This record gives sequence, C-alpha cells and structure tokens, in this order.
Amino acid sequence: MGTILVENRAGVETTLKAEFSRNLMEVMREGGVGEILALCGGTCSCSTCHVIIDPAFVDRLDPMGSDEHDLLDNSEHRSPTSRLACQIVFKETMDGLRVKIAPED
Amino acid sequence: MQHWDVLIVGAGHAGAQVASLLRQQNFKGSVAMFGDEPEHPYERPPLSKDYLSGEKTFDRLALRPLSFWAEQGIEVVPGRRVVAVDAKAHRVRTASGEEFGYGSLIWATGGAPRKLSCPGHDLQGVHSVRTRADVDRMMAGLDRTKRVVVVGGGYIGLEAASVLTKLGKSVTVLEAQDRVLARVAGEALSRFYEAEHRARGVDVRLSVAVERLEGEDGRVTGVRLVDGSLLPADMVIVGIGIVPAVEPLVAAGLPPANGVEVDEYCRTALPDVFAVGDCAAHRNPYAASAAPIRLESVQNANDQAKVVAKFLTGQPEAYDAVPWFWSDQFDLRLQTVGLSTGYDETVVRGDPATRSFSIVYLKDGAVIALDCVNIVRDYVQGKALVKARMKVEPPLLADGATPLKSLAAA
Ligand SMILES: Cc1cc2nc3c(=O)[nH]c(=O)nc-3n(C[C@H](O)[C@H](O)[C@H](O)COP(=O)(O)OP(=O)(O)OC[C@H]3O[C@@H](n4cnc5c(N)ncnc54)[C@H](O)[C@@H]3O)c2cc1C
Ligand code: FES
Repeated sequence: MGTILVENRAGVETTLKAEFSRNLMEVMREGGVGEILALCGGTCSCSTCHVIIDPAFVDRLDPMGSDEHDLLDNSEHRSPTSRLACQIVFKETMDGLRVKIAPED
Repeated sequence: MQHWDVLIVGAGHAGAQVASLLRQQNFKGSVAMFGDEPEHPYERPPLSKDYLSGEKTFDRLALRPLSFWAEQGIEVVPGRRVVAVDAKAHRVRTASGEEFGYGSLIWATGGAPRKLSCPGHDLQGVHSVRTRADVDRMMAGLDRTKRVVVVGGGYIGLEAASVLTKLGKSVTVLEAQDRVLARVAGEALSRFYEAEHRARGVDVRLSVAVERLEGEDGRVTGVRLVDGSLLPADMVIVGIGIVPAVEPLVAAGLPPANGVEVDEYCRTALPDVFAVGDCAAHRNPYAASAAPIRLESVQNANDQAKVVAKFLTGQPEAYDAVPWFWSDQFDLRLQTVGLSTGYDETVVRGDPATRSFSIVYLKDGAVIALDCVNIVRDYVQGKALVKARMKVEPPLLADGATPLKSLAAA
C-alpha cells in the first residue's frame, strides 16, 4: 500500500491509500473522487479520467502510449504533464504521487 | 409518507450521474435513487467485454464506492421497483405497494432486453445481456457450453461473440439484415467486422430468421431457422435491442412511443418529471433528422444527466453534446463520434486491411460522424469536424496521411 494525493477542481486535497499495481483511475474512483468520471471504465476510449501530474513525479511514470497521447488531445485543458489516470499503474516508485483533476471539458 | 426533493428511478449510468452531479452542483435538497437491480450503480459496458471474459471482477465495475452515496447524502435503495406514477400528486408506488412523494422525478430506467417471441424463447440456456444477473447466469453455464448461437449482430451480440470465441467456444452469429451493425453503421464498417469475426472462426450468417428454439428437458439444444436448418447450441444469447422501460409514465398520461419524449432540458410532458438516458427520446442537435431519437450510450446517459442536474440547480443549459460511443471486439477498438444515421455519402479513410482506418459519414457534403477503428487520432480530430458540421471534399478526407486537424482548421 502507498498513498496518492489528489487535488480536486475546487483545490481541496485528499490523501488516498492505494494498492500497488492498481490503475490510478480505479484508485481514485474507489477513493470516492466524484469528479473522476472514467466513462469508458478505463479502456482508453474516453479521456474523462484526465489528471495533471505534479511535475516532480513525471519522471517516475512509465511513458505514455500513442493512444493515450492522441486521446489527451480530446481535452482543451491538456497540459505538459497531463495523463489519463486509467493508463497509469501505481508502483512503489510513485509513492506519494500528487495529481490534480483536470478541468472539465 | 416519505418524500424527497428529487427522486431518481433507475440506478444505472444516468441515474447515478444525476445524483452525483446534483451534489457537485451544491444541490442541498434531499435525494433518493431507487433501482430494481440488487446492486448499487455499476458500469454496464464491461458486461459484454472484460466482465464476461473474466478479466475484471464485479467490484471493479462499481461506478462509485458504496460509502460515496452515504457521504453525499444520497439515499440509494436497490431492489425497489417503481410501478406507478401519479404526476399530479407527485407520488410513486413501488412493486411492494409502498408510496413515496417527490418534488422532481427523474426517470432513468433504461430498458428491458427485447426477447424473442418464437417458441422456445424461455428455455434454460437462453440469455440476454443487460444486467449483471444476466451475465452471471451466462457465465455459470459456460462450463457446459461448447456451441453458442448469438441472435443479433449488433454491438452487444458481436462483443459477446468475440469474448466467447476467445474463451474457446464455437460461436455462430445470426443477423436478420444482410449485414451486421446494420442499424448503427455504414456498410464498409459492417463488412469489416463481418470479415474479422469470420477470420477468427465466428460463423456469421446474414439475412436469416429464427423459426424457434429447440430444447430438451427445458434446456435449449438448438436454433431452428425459417429455412428449416438446425444449428445445435448449448447456449443462445439474444442481443436484439431493448424496450424502453416507460410503462408507468405511459399509464400516468404520456403518449405511448419509443421511449418517453423529452425537450432540450430533458423534461417530459408531465409536470416535474424528467427522463434521461436510454429511455429518453429527444431531438438531438447532431442527428440528421429532427425526429426524436433514443441513444443507448454512456455518453448520452452522462450528458443528459448533466442537463437535468444543471436545470434543477437553476443553471439551465440545453442538451448539445457531441455523441460518442465505443465498442471493443477482439483487438479492435472502435470509437464513434457523431451520429451516422441519415448519411448520404461515406468515405473510407486509410486502408481497412491495415486494421487501422476510419469511415467518415457525410450528409449534404458536411461531416456528420466518424467510425474509427484502432485510430484514436482520427476520433479525436474528427470530433471538431462533426462539431462544426464541416464541409470537406471527400478526396481530402480519404487521404489518411492528411491529419483531420488540418482540415478542421481550413
Ligand atoms: C452489454 C452492454 C454493453 C454496452 N456497451 C457500451 C459501450 O461500449 N459504450 C457505450 O457507450 N454504451 C454501451 N452500452 C450502453 C450503456 O450501458 C447504456 O447506454 C447505459 O447504461 C444507459 O444508462 P441508463 O441509466 O439510461 O440505463 P441503465 O444503465 O440500463 O440503468 C437503468 C436502471 O433502471 C432500472 N429500472 C428499470 N425500470 C425500473 C423501475 N420501474 N424501477 C426501478 N428501477 C428500474 C434498471 O434495472 C437499471 O438498473 C452497453 C450496454 C450493455 C447492456
Ligand atoms: S477512463 Fe476512459 S480513458 Fe481513462
């Protein structure tokens, strides 16, 4: 178990316990983060699990695949550290990860 | 009598989203949601995909954790079915005979899977794919199943066929029309999926009609076609659409129709009664025709939920979301944007033989929809074309090397 810090759209930060090897979208959804829609259920088809990663952690994530990269363009709020939470598998090396829920499109 | 400011009937995608969005919009009134399934709200799309294949367990499908509903002050009551509505008195009655009052009623009941009407339709081993219970029953019968006949070549039938093929079953798909996906996609896409299924061993039969289901000791053993031939089967899956669950509203005074008609704020003709999701017949700004349509998609459930939540919190915004949809079969990810029904021209973009291509649908020269197979880029960039109803010359669209983005900017 590790922890992640999630900042919602109102700027309120919550700490969530997270099992390693789970994907970040499911961790947030199970943690009750209401703003995570994840409409496609984590199949990289929708981009409604868009988060912005704290730049300090970016290097610890696996690089994104081309589908994730292309799908992020669906959002008007893409930023340099944008990711799709469902495509990130939480690992020991990411413990303490901080993410922000991207603004709604 | 118990009373809620907002009572949501149906705890599926649309209902759950109305409830959570009301709280996100700071709605302070009381909210309850009744659902006739035993579960709290869960995702339906995986039922014919990762759940059926065993790749995901049910707990991973929960739309929200159980604690969420209580924390948000949303009273979720599973296993409670509404059978009557008295719109004037603002009251509903449930199957158990209890009555409850509401300020606003949100009808989010989806639909019941359409059943075959031929003899044998109620034999054991005949399954619909709509609820967790349906799919659990199906999965419980898989061990004893070698041969599966899927009736209906729509998305759900084809998804089930793809999973069951991967699980080693011998699968036949029966389609009444002369191509699969006939109601929802153009011919090029139909032919592509037909070929993909056949290449993996699915026996796809087109333009066929079922005469009856044969059985022994109450259990299905085969499907008899109108031409007399018999397809042996240990399991039959019926994926021929849904019947919108709107009888109580019709009994309450709404005209019988394909679903319940709503305006751009998802209001029905009954006072303070809204309808959202699969059961709501609405005029869609992206449809080629002005006739009311129902959309069976998570996108529509979610975005109509938003319309109602905004309306009830004093920020009315007419429904104007670009429709999108996805379907996963084998290793093919289909993403659809826009509504293709009513197109008068299609353009194939890229080469289907590469298994990464798009089909662009046009009407009067304007792009109205795209079906994109294994090409996320076209799906994302095509959305701008659909949104702008952009007129583009077909040769430009056909050239897979020209990004759609550059056409949108033109
Ligand atoms: C197998 C399957 C695969 C799918 N795949 C996709 C996909 O890949 N992409 C996509 O976009 N969409 C997909 N869909 C469609 C999507 O799931 C639906 O559009 C969505 O669930 C609609 O939400 P809803 O809330 O309107 O209806 P539902 O989710 O069906 O919820 C309605 C709920 O109301 C309950 N109910 C009905 N009548 C009553 C009553 N009288 N009282 C109380 N409760 C009642 C029902 O039992 C149900 O639980 C799929 C659907 C299925 C079945
Ligand atoms: S949940 Fe849809 S892309 Fe992540």
